[in-house]
Amino acid sequence: MDLLYKIFIDPFVQMGAAPDLLVQTIWEGLVAGVLYSLIALGFVLIFKASGVFNFAQGIMVVFAALTLVGLTEKGVPAYLALVLTIGVMFLLAVGIERIVLRPLVNQPDIILFMATFGLTYFLIGLGEMIFGGSPKQMVTAELGLPRGAVDVNMLGGMVSFQKIDIAAALLASVAVAALAVFFQKTRIGRALRAVADSHKAALSVGISLNQIWVIVWFTAGIVALATGIMWGARSEVSFALEIIALKALPVLILGGLTSIPGAIVGGLIIGIGEKLGEFYWGPLVGGGIESWLAYFIALGVLMIRPEGLFGDKIIERI
Amino acid sequence: MRAPDGPIIVPGDTILAVEGVSLAFGGVKALTDVSFDIRKGEIRAIIGPNGAGKTSMLNCINGFYHPTQGAITFKGLRRGKMRPSEAARGGIGRTFQNVALFKGMSTLDNIMTGRSLKMTRNFFWQALRFGPAMAEEVEHRRVVEDIIDFLEIQAIRKTPVGKLPYGLQKRVELGRALAMEPEVLLLDEPMAGMNLEEKEDMCRFILDVNQQFGTTIALIEHDMGVVMDLSDRVVVLEYGMKIADGVPAEVKRDEKVIAAYLGQPH
Repeated sequence: MDLLYKIFIDPFVQMGAAPDLLVQTIWEGLVAGVLYSLIALGFVLIFKASGVFNFAQGIMVVFAALTLVGLTEKGVPAYLALVLTIGVMFLLAVGIERIVLRPLVNQPDIILFMATFGLTYFLIGLGEMIFGGSPKQMVTAELGLPRGAVDVNMLGGMVSFQKIDIAAALLASVAVAALAVFFQKTRIGRALRAVADSHKAALSVGISLNQIWVIVWFTAGIVALATGIMWGARSEVSFALEIIALKALPVLILGGLTSIPGAIVGGLIIGIGEKLGEFYWGPLVGGGIESWLAYFIALGVLMIRPEGLFGDKIIERI
Repeated sequence: MRAPDGPIIVPGDTILAVEGVSLAFGGVKALTDVSFDIRKGEIRAIIGPNGAGKTSMLNCINGFYHPTQGAITFKGLRRGKMRPSEAARGGIGRTFQNVALFKGMSTLDNIMTGRSLKMTRNFFWQALRFGPAMAEEVEHRRVVEDIIDFLEIQAIRKTPVGKLPYGLQKRVELGRALAMEPEVLLLDEPMAGMNLEEKEDMCRFILDVNQQFGTTIALIEHDMGVVMDLSDRVVVLEYGMKIADGVPAEVKRDEKVIAAYLGQPH
């Protein structure tokens, strides 16, 4: 009885008692969630257009961030380094299309999936070779990203918002909105959706699969760069960041592999859920539930909606 | 009886010629030494029993398959291998046997994809959706609206095509091919699975496209009544080989064709 009280009643009593703390927790969750969303977005973009589950998305985040920091360390001004990094991500997309995707076209999905594993280790090696393996500091100040915090008096307490987090949330919202318009309203966006739906029909109207693949992988590269900057600004840039790719898995399961809104909402749910769970329910089991709660939530969703919250329901005619 | 070699109905010069095309998948021969031509402005039917190689033939013409032997001459250019994008750019549009539409997209967007090659503004403007790209979008939208009017599908402009009944999906697919303003239109069983009324509509559209726009049409169809009414000339395939070629009335009387369709008397 006491345990039930602790699980179902007590946390909510605490929330009501200190609303400022609740707001702070939700905000922390929201910020983490935005980053999860961005990573998941990279996965979804590539999966939609080429049907490839890109295991290398995590390392692309690290690689982009490393390139940016590495160039700055070599004396390149930060903004120029940013432009150069975007160029590098473009070359990477072209290279992947040429060397990995084109020779493997029409191969089973698992083959392409394995190829992205290869890509992951190739990028780790390349990154370490060029920039070394030691962690680096993100060049936040040079890029003009804000520091410090805004403290707001509200709900009978003080809630602190990190400026960098506010910037991250804004940037992510703008990026997502821009991508949505691009996908819905332009010729290339239409072509991307067309390729996602049917390769042969897309070919028959003269859409070039190769060009589309370069565009999606480039877009995913840009998203990776944005993620890398934001994540790097909160901690540091190192290969350890690669495991955040695993954080995207529950987000993808929750939101559905094919849905951009799903990636966003899924990321936010996981981010907020994790923080609330850790803060209010964590003490019951001695804390540390943040690392597995996301998978737990995703599993629950999977049992009720196997296609995820927003994913395409696949109905097969037999 | 062999089809006569001389010209029968001459709507125009040859726009596309298939010369000695063979196609094999490993040991399976889909096509063996098939030759025929398609003249500008005609409706050319390709018929034959199931598995005769009709769809393989269309796939060769629009570059999905590359003939193992032989070549296809299109608008005076002889090619052994042609990429689908080259075929599309050259003016070959097509529809598929099992409708291949972009299911999540609206009718309007599906047909808009047919304009892909006609829209030339670059990635930069596209990404901004601003300036020239916007004007271009509007201009092509007008063309697409005309096609929608022509095919009488105004009511389903915004409907995701996955939700449409089969007959309408086929019509949208025709619309997408028309949006390419093709010179040669390849239709793979445009009337399969349709009821009588839908078939009549589709026949009317095909004839209108042919007459109003002067589009050359090559179609595969199983409904013999439709084939005989619509087409100017018919080529008949069986087991990947051409067994007859000529005007419908002749083909209908051809003993090989009758045998292929009704089975050989033993």
